[in-house]
Amino acid sequence: MKLTEAPARIRSFQVPYVLDREGLLGVAMLLPAVVYIVALVGFPLVLAIVYSLSDVTIGNQTIDFVGFRNFDAVIHDATFQKALKNTFIITVVSQALVLVLAKILALALSADFRGKAIVRFLILLPWTTPIALGAIGWLWMLDSTFSPIDWVLREVHLLGPGTLLGPDRNLVWLGRPNLAMASVIMVHTWRLLPLATVIMLAGLASIPQDIRDAAAVDGAGFWRQLFQITIPLMYPIMAIAVLFGIVFTFTDMTVVYILTRGGPVDSTQVLASWAFYKGIQGGDLAQGAAIALFLFPVLVGVAVLMLIFARRREIA
Amino acid sequence: MTIIEVRELTKQFGEVTAVDRISLRSGEGEFLVLLGPSGCGKTTLLRMIAGLERPSSGHVLIGGRIVNDLPPRARKIAMVFQSYALYPHMNVRDNIAFPLKAQGMPRREQLERIQWSASILGIDRYLNRKPRQLSGGERQRVALARALVREPSVFLLDEPLSNLDAKLRAMARDELQTLQRRIGITTIYVTHDQVEAMGMGDRIAVMYEGRLRQVGTPREIYDDPADTFVATFVGSPPMNLLERDDQLLGFRPEHLLPKDAVQFAPDALEVNFQVTRQEYLGADRLLYGVVSGLVEETKTISRLPSTISYPVQAGEKYDFVVRRGDVKMFDKRSGQRTAAEPAFLAGTR
Repeated sequence: MKLTEAPARIRSFQVPYVLDREGLLGVAMLLPAVVYIVALVGFPLVLAIVYSLSDVTIGNQTIDFVGFRNFDAVIHDATFQKALKNTFIITVVSQALVLVLAKILALALSADFRGKAIVRFLILLPWTTPIALGAIGWLWMLDSTFSPIDWVLREVHLLGPGTLLGPDRNLVWLGRPNLAMASVIMVHTWRLLPLATVIMLAGLASIPQDIRDAAAVDGAGFWRQLFQITIPLMYPIMAIAVLFGIVFTFTDMTVVYILTRGGPVDSTQVLASWAFYKGIQGGDLAQGAAIALFLFPVLVGVAVLMLIFARRREIA
Repeated sequence: MTIIEVRELTKQFGEVTAVDRISLRSGEGEFLVLLGPSGCGKTTLLRMIAGLERPSSGHVLIGGRIVNDLPPRARKIAMVFQSYALYPHMNVRDNIAFPLKAQGMPRREQLERIQWSASILGIDRYLNRKPRQLSGGERQRVALARALVREPSVFLLDEPLSNLDAKLRAMARDELQTLQRRIGITTIYVTHDQVEAMGMGDRIAVMYEGRLRQVGTPREIYDDPADTFVATFVGSPPMNLLERDDQLLGFRPEHLLPKDAVQFAPDALEVNFQVTRQEYLGADRLLYGVVSGLVEETKTISRLPSTISYPVQAGEKYDFVVRRGDVKMFDKRSGQRTAAEPAFLAGTR
């Protein structure tokens, strides 16, 4: 064979090698996800933006653009302001509770003890329950007359005539504005605790045993080890857990819808529930869309932070 | 100077006995090496001394006091881990400062001590770096500086050199030993590398399957192995073991030499050595072959220093000799060393 002669080239389009072409394979693997996101996230988002700038209602679905009139009306609505405030309060308080409780639970569960598997399973259970079912369970727990929580409080003499929380026989959890807010926060905390715990357990497990041993030999007791070694090494993963929690809590309407319907007197209304009441039940799709779009900037911020933290894991 | 001692120390993990009734006592300021293959229990023994593992039975004594119930931080020990275990989120200064902070030492004193230990190990320049910005050798020094900084009474080292590449390791071995001699802290050093053990240890404790097989100076371990395990584990290539009746006859490869290359040796044992293969290693030559005559035919290795330019051809038979003093006898069944010279050796005199 002469050197000038070009050697025969085997094309990789032949069937057995098609999957070895990374470009092609990549496109094929990504396509379903792209279709899914465009259809179920991208399209509704665009639709919401279009609606929020129009006068569309359930009765009249022709789209006439009216500029920012809907946003203007929404912002000046007292219920919206209340809902916005509540959404932030519920998210911040429940996530703060989740952070502390999940950290404690994760530390407890990372220790070795008998029956550990069962306890772990039980703690994970709330996460596997559909949120609506869980909330219905809580509806009974917080019932104005039959609440088991009230019953326990009565039995330990904290509730009832002549006691600390008395004189009524029931607290009426969902009937009083502050208690109703507390109830919603409690249910959100209960719901997100398992996920955060599991994420933190994974974070704890990723700290090498050598580093804990080194800290123990270097003279660190429990608290020093916790605050100077464990928690700093877990910052990134704790941030991920909290950001997940923020997304789930901030956008959730099920808990409020089932427990209080936003009441009493809109005292537990949140953005998601208020957008639903206004847009679907009230028929004003345009204003409903405008309310829902207030979730957007917070979610974008959370998404950006998540991506940053996901990159910055520092365990060497 | 502090003496470390363990008495009848045992550790069981479920059914497995990781450390089996070990008694051992260090000297003052001694460099004591625990040597053994992986899984022999040496690291578990070290971790029990450190307090990171609770013994199943037996006692750990540091400075003459039983410390079984003390947590690691109360034992005044410093430990260097195989992975170095530097705190990845702290810079080098904070890493070294950590044990001092835990003691509650005043800030100014801390800085002086950090400076002192950093300069001993030559890492002053890296104090503001994070561990991940350092090379393996630099990390190892930081780990040593952190161990050194609070002047512990005992140094525990768990394979601190095994993550370094070969060239750095030789250097680090030298530095580590110099450092230990200079500060004179009692040191227990765990390794599976016999070169490290022979080169650095004042004494070596050889472990196998949770048991202590022999404790002695490197010379005693090499020249007078207590059993066939020590004989074959220490030395590379290992000691040759030849079967004869119910005994094993052992000699080091460098003791099996061509008859013509050895000057007058009246007490030498003569054997036939059929060479099957030879390896040229620069400083010496390894001859692989089969010994016959004195014993059953057995595969044997001879190591000739390159100063002996004796011509050897693969496939040929040669007359080789071993000095009688270099032959060690072991019991075939137990593997234990037997002191008595067997009759057949006496008979050939």
